[in-house]
Amino acid sequence: MDPTALLLSRLQFAFTISFHIIFPAFTIGLAAWLTVLEAMHQYSGKPVYRTLFEFWLKIFGVAFGMGVVSGVVMAFQFGTNWSVLSKMSGPIQGPLLSYETFTAFMLEAGFFGILIFGRPRVPPWFYLFSTAMVALGTTLSAFWIMVNNSWMQVPTGYVLENGQFVPNDWAQIIFNRVVWVRFPHMLLASYLTGAFCVAATGAWYLLRRTYRAEAHVMLRMGLALAAVLLPVQLFIGHLVGDYVHDYQPAKFAAIEARWHDEQPASEVLIAIPDSSTGSNKYAISIPVLGSIIGSMSLTSKEVGLTSFAPQDRPPVAIPFFAFRIMVGCGFVMLGLAWLGTYLGLKHRLDRSRLLLWGIFLSFPLPWIAILTGWYTAEVGRQPWTIYGVLRTADAVTPFLTASAALTSLILFVAVYAFIFSFGTYYIYRLLRAGPAGLGGKPLHAPVPNRPMSLADQVPAPRSYLEAGE
Amino acid sequence: MVMYWVALLAISILIYLLLDGFDLGVGMLFGVAGSEAKRDAMLRTIAPVWDGNETWLIVTGVIMWGAFPVVYAMVMSAFYIPVLVMLLGLILRGVAFEFRGKARSSRWVWDVSFVAGSFAASFMQGAMVGALVEGLQFSNGDYTGGTFGWLTAFSALCGIGLCFGYALLGACWLVRKSDGPVRDDARRQIPPLALGVLVFLVVVFAYALAEHLPILQRWTDRPYLLAFPAIGAGAAAMLAKSILRHDDYWPFHMVALIFVAAFATLALSFWPYMIPFVVTIDEAAAPHASLAFMFWGAGLFVFPLMLLYVAVGYRVFRGKTAPASDHY
Repeated sequence: MDPTALLLSRLQFAFTISFHIIFPAFTIGLAAWLTVLEAMHQYSGKPVYRTLFEFWLKIFGVAFGMGVVSGVVMAFQFGTNWSVLSKMSGPIQGPLLSYETFTAFMLEAGFFGILIFGRPRVPPWFYLFSTAMVALGTTLSAFWIMVNNSWMQVPTGYVLENGQFVPNDWAQIIFNRVVWVRFPHMLLASYLTGAFCVAATGAWYLLRRTYRAEAHVMLRMGLALAAVLLPVQLFIGHLVGDYVHDYQPAKFAAIEARWHDEQPASEVLIAIPDSSTGSNKYAISIPVLGSIIGSMSLTSKEVGLTSFAPQDRPPVAIPFFAFRIMVGCGFVMLGLAWLGTYLGLKHRLDRSRLLLWGIFLSFPLPWIAILTGWYTAEVGRQPWTIYGVLRTADAVTPFLTASAALTSLILFVAVYAFIFSFGTYYIYRLLRAGPAGLGGKPLHAPVPNRPMSLADQVPAPRSYLEAGE
Repeated sequence: MVMYWVALLAISILIYLLLDGFDLGVGMLFGVAGSEAKRDAMLRTIAPVWDGNETWLIVTGVIMWGAFPVVYAMVMSAFYIPVLVMLLGLILRGVAFEFRGKARSSRWVWDVSFVAGSFAASFMQGAMVGALVEGLQFSNGDYTGGTFGWLTAFSALCGIGLCFGYALLGACWLVRKSDGPVRDDARRQIPPLALGVLVFLVVVFAYALAEHLPILQRWTDRPYLLAFPAIGAGAAAMLAKSILRHDDYWPFHMVALIFVAAFATLALSFWPYMIPFVVTIDEAAAPHASLAFMFWGAGLFVFPLMLLYVAVGYRVFRGKTAPASDHY
């Protein structure tokens, strides 16, 4: 095993998966929202819902496309760079990812075409059904991925035979308590991403004094959903912390920057952890709070990093800071969502330009929270790939050369940077143009199969929509 | 159980070849389309289905990982560079579907990446199959052939061959799905592409004979295998006839039949090996607990559902795509 190839493979995995997660995190929430919009449109007949649907569908199309292509990489990267892991854990991870592909990818891919191009060709109920199926597909995908990752975090329901993880209890693998806190945590994070992007777009339009009707619907729905979901998310996040405390004590100690066993333990709010000396600089900590957070007790003993052999300790700085950034983003979003909902109910949101600016500028927060949350989980479980059983250093393809790994990493970074900059620019342009469309092209009735991509489909102005209603 | 997953893997690879085959083929032909209107019309024939088509590649990958983890680990790691290039190609062509329509002055960027990505993915898929046929170097389950061990004259030839094959399938798809100048162009492209495929097959066969590739022994051991090339030859004759009669419907099906025959020939010559003469199906199979878990849910119930989604998708978008409107 070449240590450079190992490091490069880790960087490549981190890079490609960070890039990928941006899009599903967005499209899971957006697909659910599109389903709600289409249902409300069909139920109430109000054109504003149809306008919003068509508008967000275009953005969904771009984001979904980037999610799909960056996701294909994930299905193969385990084998190319982590062949030992693939061989050993294939009997467990392979079937889980098969279920993901069979139940989720095929569902979303099958109905995505109808969602984008099929409205003129199918009855309304079937169109709504197709939208719902895309939303279901994205959700199921998140479920299986969380089952898979949770098994790597807390392996269970297996025996080791002939150098392979052989499953002996699938119910335990799928229905353990770790999955059932981590899956809701990820799902809510995705819904919050969708909610904040929608609300931020609404705020942007109000600030620019345009699309008032649509902006109000977006702000109202986005903020209300976030206001309800955020407290739930913070609670579930606490439950996720509980599983880390119970099953991954070294990760927990790293997140807390707790170097030595303490009884009762203090909670380090902020500090600069220094692994060379095994201590924190400039620490601000609160006595006893660490025991309360860790064990809901005033007297419990909490484990420190020095209780683990040096080769079994995770890096400290990344989990420590990433966790604090994630929690910080959560509280900022909570404040914005509650204040915004309150002012919205009082009909004072239009005049609160400062808050509108805050909501507008908050759109990256859910993504930052998701990425830092994943960094906490994934860096915190090092040096293990399968926690406590298979080390990352032993999982890499043994004959992978540094030059091959460097080539692939450079190519991925270059191609992803290229498509990401164009993709975000196109999404920005769609958002800036707003629901009325891109620059007043002449309008066509939706002829079957005419548009070749959503962007060509000039959204219908009100007159057409009302006539067709 | 093992046989069930072998069958599902084979079916999935075949579906992938046929479905993504025609849309990669359209992607390559896109490069020689003379006008913006033609390019738009070509893209319209595959835009609603490409995502589903490509998903069959992932289906193939995860079945391999779940049911035959040893083979998945060996093949993917040995094919580091070709898998990488294939993935990058698929990424560039995949985003082009959405980006192209959003772009104004940069549209040409996505046209180029659509064509180049389609070529890269097709070539690498063919080269990987070629390298497997020729034989990769393994010892104790690890690949020992080096970063470019897969790249030989033979595998490169197979890469080019598959590009021709996919392009032929793509041209037949265009004949079936479009009208007017796009169909006429595609009709003209079919004979040279078919000739290219034929030349490729002859050269590959001659090479295999000259190099005494071990896979050829399969043919003398199992003469019944010759039934499949015979089916292929029959399909080729029907293809020629349907082209001469200016039929729009049959060419695609005949080329698809040629693909089925070629795939069956290859798969049965590998049998019972998954990586020829290195790993057999039984050696590669995952433990029973894994295969059974996949079988009782994904295999037995969800797989037929997947076929249903495909059927629904193609049914909704059946028939010729409407000709380009006054928009252009």
